[in-house]
Amino acid sequence: MTGLGKDLIGLEHLSADQVRLILDMAEPFKEVSERQIKKVPALRGKTIVNLFFEASTRTRISFEFAEKRLSADTVNVSTVGSSVLKGETLVDTARNLEAMRIDMVVIRHPSSGAAGFLAQRIRSNVINAGDGKHEHPTQALLDLLTLRDRFGRIEGLKVAICGDVLHSRVARSNIWGLLKLGAEVAVSGPATLIPRGIEQLGVTVFPRIEDAIAWADALNVLRLQLERMESGYVPSLREYNRVFGITRERLSRASPELVVLHPGPMNRGVEIDSDVADGPHSVILPQVTNGVAVRMAVLYLLAGGGPDWRAAGEER
Amino acid sequence: MPSATLLDAAAVARILTRMAAEIVERCGSAGGLVVVGIQRRGAELATRLARLIEEAGASPVTLGKLDITLYRDDLSAIGPRPRVGATDLPDEIEGRVVVLVDDVLYTGRTIRAALDELADFGRPRRILLAVLIDRGGRELPIQADIVGQTVTVEPGQRVEVAVIELDGRDGVDLVEANRR
Repeated sequence: MTGLGKDLIGLEHLSADQVRLILDMAEPFKEVSERQIKKVPALRGKTIVNLFFEASTRTRISFEFAEKRLSADTVNVSTVGSSVLKGETLVDTARNLEAMRIDMVVIRHPSSGAAGFLAQRIRSNVINAGDGKHEHPTQALLDLLTLRDRFGRIEGLKVAICGDVLHSRVARSNIWGLLKLGAEVAVSGPATLIPRGIEQLGVTVFPRIEDAIAWADALNVLRLQLERMESGYVPSLREYNRVFGITRERLSRASPELVVLHPGPMNRGVEIDSDVADGPHSVILPQVTNGVAVRMAVLYLLAGGGPDWRAAGEER
Repeated sequence: MPSATLLDAAAVARILTRMAAEIVERCGSAGGLVVVGIQRRGAELATRLARLIEEAGASPVTLGKLDITLYRDDLSAIGPRPRVGATDLPDEIEGRVVVLVDDVLYTGRTIRAALDELADFGRPRRILLAVLIDRGGRELPIQADIVGQTVTVEPGQRVEVAVIELDGRDGVDLVEANRR
C-alpha cells in the first residue's frame, strides 16, 4: 500500500496508513501557501473540473486554490447555467467532460453515493467534495490535521461531534477518520438528530451537551440547517441554542485546552455563539487554512499516474 | 553491500574543505553568500560547507534548503513521492550570490528543478553549483562550478553518498544498481 488509488470517495474504506499519508503530505503544502509565489508546478498540464451540484463557497474556493497552487488548469461547473438544468444525467455530463480530455473531477452532489457512482464510470480521478449524507472526506481530513496540529496526536484524543449528526456527511467522515486513527468519538445532540444504532460503531452518545463538553478534548460543532426546523426535527432555533448551543456560559467550566471546530458556514447564535466562534477555544480559521493544504495533498497523491502506481493503490 | 569505496570519511572531509576554499576564492570574502542544499543529503552537505566557508573567512553565510519534489518533471512516470521535505530559504535571495549544493550530479534534472524553484523565490545575482560527486550521464545541458570528485560509472552501477547525520557515517560508495 503506497498511495490512495484512483479516487477519494470517503474515509470509510481508507486504511489508517492512507489517512496518515494524506495528513503527512499536507505538511509541506502548508509552506507553499506561505510563499510569496504560492505556486509549485507539480500538476502542470493536468485539467481538473470542479463539478458542483450544490451550493458551496468554502469548499469550492479551497479546492480551487489548492488546484491553482499546484499549477493545474481548472474549470468550474455549477448547476446554475449548465446543461444539468436541461436534464442531462450526471454520467453524461462527466463523459462529455472526459471527451474534452480532463484528468480529475471534484464533485459535490446532493445525493449520497453520487461520487462513488461517478468514479466507477469514468477514467478520471474523482474526489468527493460532499455527497448527500454520505461523506465529505476532505473536510474530515482538514479537521484531523487541525487537531493533530493542536494536540500533536490523534490517538487517544476525545472528540465530541455536536448537533445534527443524522444528516451530516461531515460527521460521518469524521467518525471514520477519528476511529481509524485511534481517537475516542462521542456525539451529542437532539435525540431526533442522532442516528439510531450509532453506538455500534464504537461511538458514545451524550444526550446532554454539558456532559459532552466535560468529557471532550475537542468539540466539532455541526451546522444546524434551517430546513431541520421546518421538517420538525427541532422545535425552534432559539430552543436549540438554549439546550444544545455551544455558548460561552457552557464553556466557562471547560478546560482551557478544549478546542472548538466548526466546518462552516456558521449559524451564529444557533449552534455556536459568536463569543465562542471568535474566542480562545476556536480553531475555525486554522481549519480553513489547513483545508487548502489537505486538498493539495489529496490532489497531488491522486495525480501520479503510472500503471504500477494505480495498481498499488487499488488493493485497499 | 558496496562493491567499492570511492571516498572514506577523511577524504569527504578533505574534499569539503577544498570545496569551501574554492567557493571563497570564486565569490570573495565580502560575505552575504547564501548556501542552499537540496534535500536531503545536499542539505546536510550545505550545512557543513557553510561552516567551512565561514572558517575560510567569508562570513556571514546564510543557509537554506530546498526540496525539489514538487518541481520534478516525472510525476506521472514515478508517481508522487510519499515524502516531501521542507523548503526553507532566507527571506531575501534577490540580488545575492547563491551556492546550490547537492551530493551527486547525474542527469541534471534535479538541478533544473532546483533552478526553477529558486526562480520562484527571487532573482539571485548569480547561482553557483557545488556537488560532492559528478558522475556524468547528463540529460540536460547543466554543469557544476565546484566539483568534489569526478567519477566514472559503468552502466548498472550507482553512486551512493552517506552522511553521518542521516546514515551514521560519512563516505561515498559505488554500488551495483540492482542491490539496495
